[in-house]
Amino acid sequence: MKHIIAVLLENEPGALSRVVGLFSARGYNIESLTVAPTEDPSLSRMTIQTTGSDDVIEQITKHLNRLIEVVKVVDLTEGAYTERELMLVKVRAVGKEREEMKRMADIFRGRVIDVTDKSYTIELTGDLTKNDAFLEAIDRSAILETVRTGACGIGRGERILRV
Amino acid sequence: METSKAESASISATAGQSVPELRGAEILVKALQAENVKFIWGYPGGAVLHIYDALFKQEIMQHVLVRHEQAAVHAADGFARATGEVGVALVTSGPGLTNAVTGIATAYMDSIPMVIISGQVPTAAIGLDAFQECDTVGITRPIVKHNFLVKDARDMAEVMKKAFHIARSGRPGPVVVDVPKDVSFNKAPFPGYPETVHMRSYNPVRKGHSGQIRKALQLLMAAKRPYIYTGGGVLLGNASQELRALVDMLGFPCTNTLMGLGAYPATDPKFLGMLGMHGTLEANNAMQNCDVLLAVGARFDDRVIGNPKHFAQVERKIIHVDIDPSSISKRVKVDVPIVGDVKDVLQELIAMVKESTAKPDQQNLSSWWSMIESWRARDCMKYDSTNTDVIKPQRVIETLWELTKDADAYITSDVGQHQMWAAQYYKFNEPRRWINSGGLGTMGVGIPYAMGIKLAKPDSEVFCVTGEGSVQMCIQELSTCLQYNTPIKILALNNRYLGMVRQWQEIEYSGRYSHSYMDALPDFVKLAEAYGHVGILVERPEDVEPALREARRLKDRTVFLDIRTDPAENVFPMVRAGKGITEMIMGAEDL
Repeated sequence: MKHIIAVLLENEPGALSRVVGLFSARGYNIESLTVAPTEDPSLSRMTIQTTGSDDVIEQITKHLNRLIEVVKVVDLTEGAYTERELMLVKVRAVGKEREEMKRMADIFRGRVIDVTDKSYTIELTGDLTKNDAFLEAIDRSAILETVRTGACGIGRGERILRV
Repeated sequence: METSKAESASISATAGQSVPELRGAEILVKALQAENVKFIWGYPGGAVLHIYDALFKQEIMQHVLVRHEQAAVHAADGFARATGEVGVALVTSGPGLTNAVTGIATAYMDSIPMVIISGQVPTAAIGLDAFQECDTVGITRPIVKHNFLVKDARDMAEVMKKAFHIARSGRPGPVVVDVPKDVSFNKAPFPGYPETVHMRSYNPVRKGHSGQIRKALQLLMAAKRPYIYTGGGVLLGNASQELRALVDMLGFPCTNTLMGLGAYPATDPKFLGMLGMHGTLEANNAMQNCDVLLAVGARFDDRVIGNPKHFAQVERKIIHVDIDPSSISKRVKVDVPIVGDVKDVLQELIAMVKESTAKPDQQNLSSWWSMIESWRARDCMKYDSTNTDVIKPQRVIETLWELTKDADAYITSDVGQHQMWAAQYYKFNEPRRWINSGGLGTMGVGIPYAMGIKLAKPDSEVFCVTGEGSVQMCIQELSTCLQYNTPIKILALNNRYLGMVRQWQEIEYSGRYSHSYMDALPDFVKLAEAYGHVGILVERPEDVEPALREARRLKDRTVFLDIRTDPAENVFPMVRAGKGITEMIMGAEDL
């Protein structure tokens, strides 16, 4: 089952590699991982998207907590949360495809952020399923390049993760 | 350049007036002294020369020059296991550190508090494939509790404070502090060693949840077939007295893991012996058949519970006390988890037992005990002791026990058959007396462990039970034993085989003894003599006891007993790989 785990950790060199090393050493999955400093520059916030049984997820959160530089760990999927991912897709856009691609981007509330006579680059944000759905909806052979940030998640309402 | 940070540090110190300036290496030495370090095991090299120079100028700490960095870490590790203090090792960059890796991993697997200081190439050279450079923080990351690269001499004191704090608190473990050469040379203001340490990201719990402890009490009091299973955590947490008090109050049967031996006295009838792959029949059967299991500072590892599916076939309630939440419900599902320091939790549990109006049902308990006694009557540890032609290894350990049971003795071992026989036949009645590598299973630890302990405990007797295979993995330390006058007694159970490998090949591989035969063994007596020690060859069963007595009589000498044991002897009982813990081979007749 899919889980999204949010981690607050000291913004120190090597902290990221401890997290990644933990996942590879213990054979846990990483579907995606994003990390950046927070409003407090001494802290980084990481969002890890992973899969596993409840037992495995419990071990993952325990082992993350065991890392000395990890301050807090929350499994966002245990409660209400929202997730967003930024995706940039470069598509072939020639002839009548240009109109079609623009229309699809509009339907998915994407924006065209780069245009050449042969291609568009479309910016999309949404949850993972929305971005998947966009890739499904357009002509696959038109996709030239895709880059996704991976999920970044936050609890809803009063669910707040901070020190 | 690499000196710029030191310059800025010196400016701020001048502004601050009276704060003295010290080199990074001097601050490091001050930190070690402030942490009450008495012994450092190490090996010098280019990147640590400033640190060695600072050590030269002080007289409080003794440095022991080992012959190989692996042994430096093992010796400091053995010291930590026996004393409970943080063991300290010092190695140079590159190969110094990579040689230390086996020692660090050994300490990590058994949660031993250690600080390992490694030299590093100057900060400006890091990443440039400099001479004797390696990525120490990267290499050691999976085998340490934490590690640090000190980037500025001004950080040295705080990093050292954190390193010792992390190593000894919570679930203990080794911490590596990597010190680039310029950082040990540069000066920084040193207003004194920090007295306190605060880390928002690291606050290990001590006290267990009282509600959970009460639940545990209720389960224990209502149990028909209770069992107490404890591991190395009880020794690391210095909770042996509490464990004894609890077991004696309740009258429940008790077992210890390989790492936990000595937590409960082996000669007490409530002790069922070690459990696990080479545990006793009664200890393993009780583990499988109990209805309430209290696990304390133990982690249900694969050598203890065998096949987890087989273990889970029987319904039982499990209470698990451990300081590390990640050890709970890792391999078996736990009903009552209690995260906390085992000493604190056991004290609270004992207080609750005293106040409790509910008492264990004596009738149930006595029928449980009679079941256990019927298993014990099988005498699973018996072996052919009538054979007078060949030395039985079990008999050697029994003789050692008989001679030293009233002595102040420490027993170290290496890894293999001899380790299991020592664990099975020596009756450890006190904590921290049985020193071995349980988790990683590192051959070669025996001599370094023994010399580390002997240095700290010069009035105690230290015996190293080893084999002719293991002992050769760190045999160069016989030289260190002579230099620092740490007279240890080595009992090499020499069966001319890598015995445990041979045993598995006999049982699991139809006797195809692939590379388990030790051909071209050295003459250990001559070897011991060449190192300046005493060597004694023991070939006849009747010579074992006199040889041991002679070794003990030679108080001030390291003695190497080359004991030629039965090459065909196997360790029984045995649970084969993948089997359940009650599916035991009791002896050769079961094969």
